[in-house]
Amino acid sequence: MVTRLSARPEGSHVSGRYAKDRFILQQLVNKDFKLRYRRSVLGVVWSVLNPLLMMIIMSFVFSYFLRGSNVENYPLYLIVGNITFTLMNEATSTGLRSIIDAAPLLKKVKVDRWVFPVQKVFSAAFNFSFSLIAVAIVMLFFQVLPTWHIVWMVPALALLMVFCMGVSLLISSLAVFFRDMIHLWSVLLTAWTYLTPIFWDLSLLTGSSAPWFVIAVVKANPMYNYLEMMRCAIVYQSSPEPMVVVLAAVWALAVLLAGIAVFRKTEHKFILYI
Amino acid sequence: MADATTSEYSIEVNDVSMIFNIASEQLNNLKEYFIKIMRHELFFKPFRALDHVSFKVRRGEVVGLVGTNGSGKSTMLKCIAGVLEPSEGSIEVRGNIAPLIELGAGFDPELTARENIYLNGALLGYTREFIDAHLQEIIDFAELESFMDMPLKNYSSGMVARIAFAIATVTEPDVLIVDETLSVGDVFFQQKCEERIQRFIKSGDVTVLFVSHSTEQVERICQRAIWIEKGVQRMDGPASEVLAAYRAQFG
Repeated sequence: MVTRLSARPEGSHVSGRYAKDRFILQQLVNKDFKLRYRRSVLGVVWSVLNPLLMMIIMSFVFSYFLRGSNVENYPLYLIVGNITFTLMNEATSTGLRSIIDAAPLLKKVKVDRWVFPVQKVFSAAFNFSFSLIAVAIVMLFFQVLPTWHIVWMVPALALLMVFCMGVSLLISSLAVFFRDMIHLWSVLLTAWTYLTPIFWDLSLLTGSSAPWFVIAVVKANPMYNYLEMMRCAIVYQSSPEPMVVVLAAVWALAVLLAGIAVFRKTEHKFILYI
Repeated sequence: MADATTSEYSIEVNDVSMIFNIASEQLNNLKEYFIKIMRHELFFKPFRALDHVSFKVRRGEVVGLVGTNGSGKSTMLKCIAGVLEPSEGSIEVRGNIAPLIELGAGFDPELTARENIYLNGALLGYTREFIDAHLQEIIDFAELESFMDMPLKNYSSGMVARIAFAIATVTEPDVLIVDETLSVGDVFFQQKCEERIQRFIKSGDVTVLFVSHSTEQVERICQRAIWIEKGVQRMDGPASEVLAAYRAQFG
């Protein structure tokens, strides 16, 4: 039997760490996507159907319940808020376990550890892009035409992804040492869902006699700011307030820096705990 | 990793120690952790898996690592492969490493063999173009053409090993690390693997680190051997001398 051995051809290996990490990231996102819909009949259609079904059910329930609010186009308001929050929810809850789940790999292969939490953010963003098809369907249905303000989506999503990367780096490294993080995070996510105006709107809070600090907390909430930017781009078709953009950017950078700092300080000990 | 041609040594292990802190108890729980800290009950027992090991391997040299079970051979290889970071000392490896430490590490059982080849190739640092161009070569070597689109979970361990070996050795690496790899798979495949490794050795460009419990195999393949026992480097020299001493300890 003859097997040909390639005699050290040029270009067999990528040059530089980052090129290698980028290819690994691509492969991992690819893998997650393939495994997500393997053996499902509708496959990727679910990524479009899921937010649509959620929107139909929630707008059915809440449009009567929240009659006092003055949101125009409530279904569109709802679906944009929902998919944006889902992006964060999915990115961080999968990112949380990313290092623990990559244990078999980390124990045997030399690979930069940060690719795992970061990859989960890309995977969530990739799934999110299908949800945008659902948004387009809703816009068509309600005959909402986008204006140039739609470009605000780009900085909104970029900042949200940076924010999610920071959170994932932070909590994935903490989860290695304390598995409690896994339980704690699901509680935090639930609380966060209610603290963020996804199905309600801020006027319900400011209109009632809510104490100032409750309003301050809701407005400082990073997710409020990312949702607000996304809704400005798609629902209100106006530019977001400067304060919203500033807070969105500050949260993203601050959390990313904190995440990187904690991750770099702890990553050398991962292998002993996974 | 520096350029492979700049130094005559491709592996330099300088005074490396690997210390594992074995906690008195396994604590994965915040509450327990704080209680133990408060009560000063958390003790760590340091365990030296490697104790001041130093050696240098020249480019193209074939070195065998011997030692009884639990003596630190695999820890040494993992440090060289970059999976573990040594607690003390430093390790320098020049060039691309093909680690055949545990065949099939980094495979996902749910993905097909074809998909796993790309995933594993990425982990080995190959480019996509390179994998595209050599996919058929990998499949041919593994002799698993008709199973390429089957999820890996349906593979036998021998079949997984075939694919893993085929990917890792499709191109000539600068450093090849072989840990008991040849003991998996059937006799025919073992022979095929050994032929390929022999070809790498004959090329004179590939540095090989070889771990095996078969002293005959080490003696046959390696010129030089290093004997590590309980983390301590006992002997380093020509394979025949080291292996004679190694065998002598068993009387």
